[in-house]
Amino acid sequence: MDGFLFIAFPYVALILAIGVGIYRRRRRPYTYSSLSSQLLENRKLFWGSVPWHYGITLILLAHLLAALFPGLAGRILGGRIRLLVLELTGISLAFYALFGLIVLIIRRLPTTSRVRHATSYMDGILLGFFLIQVATGVSIAIFERWGSLWYLRTAVPWFWSLVKLHPETATVTSLPGIVRVHFVLGFAIILLFPFSRLVHLVMFPIKYLWRPYQVVIWNRRTRKVESTEVMQ
Amino acid sequence: MNVRAQVSMVFHLDKCIGCHTCSLACKNLWTDRPGTEYMWWNNVETKPGTGYPTLYEDQEQYRGGWVLEDGKLRLKLGSRPTELVNISFNPRLPTLDDYYEPWTYRYKDLIEAGPGDDQPVAKPISMITGEDMEIEAGPNWDDDLSGSPIYAANDPNLRKVMNDEERRQFFELQQLVYFYLPRICNHCLNPSCVAACPTGAIYKRGEDGIVLVSQEKCQGWRMCVSGCPYKKVYFNWNSGKAEKCILCYPRLETGQAPACMHSCVGKIRYLGVLLYDADRIEETASKPDQELVEAQRDMILDPFNPEIIHRALADGIDRKVVDAAQRSPVYKYVKAWHLALPFHPEWRTLPMLFYVPPLLPVTTTLTAQGHHELESNFFSSLESARMPIRYMASLFSAGDEDMVIAVYKKLLAGRIFKRAQTVGDVPMERAVQALEEARSTEQEVEDIYRLTALASFEEMFVIPPMLREVAIEMGVDPHEFQEERGAGFVQLPARGL
Ligand code: HEM
Ligand code: SF4
Repeated sequence: MDGFLFIAFPYVALILAIGVGIYRRRRRPYTYSSLSSQLLENRKLFWGSVPWHYGITLILLAHLLAALFPGLAGRILGGRIRLLVLELTGISLAFYALFGLIVLIIRRLPTTSRVRHATSYMDGILLGFFLIQVATGVSIAIFERWGSLWYLRTAVPWFWSLVKLHPETATVTSLPGIVRVHFVLGFAIILLFPFSRLVHLVMFPIKYLWRPYQVVIWNRRTRKVESTEVMQ
Repeated sequence: MNVRAQVSMVFHLDKCIGCHTCSLACKNLWTDRPGTEYMWWNNVETKPGTGYPTLYEDQEQYRGGWVLEDGKLRLKLGSRPTELVNISFNPRLPTLDDYYEPWTYRYKDLIEAGPGDDQPVAKPISMITGEDMEIEAGPNWDDDLSGSPIYAANDPNLRKVMNDEERRQFFELQQLVYFYLPRICNHCLNPSCVAACPTGAIYKRGEDGIVLVSQEKCQGWRMCVSGCPYKKVYFNWNSGKAEKCILCYPRLETGQAPACMHSCVGKIRYLGVLLYDADRIEETASKPDQELVEAQRDMILDPFNPEIIHRALADGIDRKVVDAAQRSPVYKYVKAWHLALPFHPEWRTLPMLFYVPPLLPVTTTLTAQGHHELESNFFSSLESARMPIRYMASLFSAGDEDMVIAVYKKLLAGRIFKRAQTVGDVPMERAVQALEEARSTEQEVEDIYRLTALASFEEMFVIPPMLREVAIEMGVDPHEFQEERGAGFVQLPARGL
C-alpha cells in the first residue's frame, strides 16, 4: 500500500501532469483559461480570490524553494528567531489562504446563483481537495508540532529519491496519518492539475513585463514564406 | 515613413434612426452562444445617456485607455507589474450588473397553462441561471431618454460640461433633445486592449488593421475588458475567453460589408481603407488633448500623392488596396472634408471609427405650429444650440469646440445651399455666402450631398480585396499556420474544466 501511495501514485501523477498538460496546451489550447467568474460575481470573489491567491502562492513557493534548496533552507531555519518568524509567517499565510478558500467555496454554494451555474464538477472537486489539503496543512503545523525543519528531513529526501528514480519512502511512511494524507493529497492535486482550471497556474504571463505593448501580426510575412522569398 | 492600410468606418449620426437593426444583425450572427448573451458587439445608445455598460465613459471608475504622464503614454489601468499583481482579482472589471442580466421567458407556461380565469403569462427567467428573475435593466434600458433622470442626467460628458442648474434646465420637457450613437469596436491604431493583455493574445492584423482576440491564446485574465475605454471587449463567462467585434472579417474577406453595415436601415455607415503612417502612432497618440484630432488626420496619408503611392507599394501594400483607398468614402469624410471626428480622442487609442456629429439635435427648434425648422439666421443657431456644442465637443474633439463648430458650419452651409437650390426660399447669394463662411465650395457640398444622400452600396462600402485563404502558401505547414495565426478551430471550441 505504501509502495503504491508513495511511489507509484506520485509517478503517475507527475507523468500525467506533464504529459496531459503539454498535450492539452498544444492540442486543446482553447480549453486553457483561468475560467474567471468575476463577471458574474465580484464582491465575494474579492474576499476569496485575493487572500487565497496571495496565501497559497507564497506557501507553495516556500514548499518548492525549500525542496529545491534544502541546504540553504536548513541554514535559514537553523536560527531560533528566524525559525519562529518563518513559522509565524507561514501559519498566518495559511490561515489567510484558508479564509479565502472558504469564501470561494461559500461563493459557489447557493444553487440559484450565477456563479453556481458556471461551476463545473471539477471546480467542486478542486475546491474540496484544496480545503482538505490546506486544513491538514494547518493542523499539522498546529497539532503535530510539525516544525518546518522536519519537512527538510522527511518529505524533501523522499521527493529527491523520486526524482533520482531511486524511491526511498522510509522517511515518510512512519509519519502520523494526517501528515501522510497531506503528502498524498499533494500529489492528487498535481494529478488534477492537467484536468482542471489549475493549468492557469503555469500560464502566469510573466513575459508581459517585457513584451512590446502592441502586437501586429502579418498574414503573409510568415517566417517560412520570408525565407523562401529570400531564396528566390 | 511606414505605410499601412486600415479598414476604417464612418457613421453619419444625422441619419441614424435608432432602429437597432445593426445590433440585431450582429447578435444573430455572432453572439447567440452561451456566455455571449449579454454581449452587444454593436450597440446603439441614446445620448445623453450613461451608455452600455453603464457609465463606461467614466474612466476614473474603469480606467480604460491611455494617459499622458510626463509626455509618455501610460495605460490608465496601471503599470505592467500592477496589472500582474491584480491578476487574480481585477478591481476595474465591470460586472454583469453593469451590463444587464440577459433573460428570456418561460414560454412553456403559456402552452401548458390549465383552464382558468386569468390569462397565462410567460415569466421572465435568467438566461444564465434559468431561475425566475426580476428584470431591472436591459439592453437600451434608457432608449429615447427613458428614465432620463437616472440615466441621461448622469451622462459623464454632461456632468463635465454643465452644472446642476444647467442640467435641470436641459431636462425640461420642452427642451428635451437626444440623438443615437451606434458603437462597434473602433479597431484603433494604438489599441489599449492589446497593450493591457498580459498574454499578448490580442493583436492587430497587419494588412487591414482589424483587432482580434486569439481565442486559443487567450487565458481569460480579463484585463483587456478594463483596458478598452470603449468597453468593446467582452468576457465570455462560459468559455473563459475575451471576445470582441471582428469587423465581420469573414464577410470582408469574401467581399461583403460587415453585417451591421449591410443591414443598416438609415444607411448611416461607410467603410473604406485609409493609408496611414505607422511610424507616427506613438507620436500622434502623445499629443496634447487639443491637438489629437488634427494629428490623427495628419497621419492619414493622401492616397493620390504619387510619392505616397510609391512608398505604399514599397511597404508591401497591393496596388488594388491603394486603388480602394482612393475610392474610400472614409477618406473623404475624415480627411478631405474634415466632417467626421473620432469618438473620445482623449482616450488616445487613435480610434478608426469616425462620426459625423449630428446636426439636427443642435439646430432645430420647434415652431408654434409644431414644425421643426432650420434656423433661418444660419450660424447664429450654433450659439443658442439646444444640444450645447460643449457637449458635442466633449464627445468628439476632446473638448475643442472650434473643431465641432467647423464641422457644423459646413454641414449647415450645405443644407442652406441645397435648400436655395431645390426649394428656393433662401436667396442664392446668402447660400454662397454661407458656403464661404464655412470654407466650403459648391463642388464640395455637392460631393458631400451625393455621398450622404444618394450613395449606392458600392460607394458606401469600398472593400479592398482581402481574400486570405490563398495566403497559406506552399512551404507553410497549415498546422504551424494554425498555431501562429489561428485559422479556425480543429476541434469544437469546448469550455475547459
Ligand atoms: C501563479 C499565479 C496565479 C495566477 C495569476 C492566478 C490567477 C487566477 C485567476 C485569474 C483566477 C480566476 C479568478 C476569477 O474568477 O476571476 C483564478 C482562480 C483560481 N485559482 Fe489561481 N492563480 C494563480 C495561482 C494559483 C495557485 C498557486 C493555485 C492553487 C494551487 C490557484 C488556484 C485557483 C483556484 C482554485 C481558482 C478558482 C477559484 C474560484 O473561482 O472558485 N491559483 N486564479
Ligand atoms: S441600423 Fe443604422 S439606422 Fe438603425 S440604429 Fe443601427 S446605425 Fe442607426
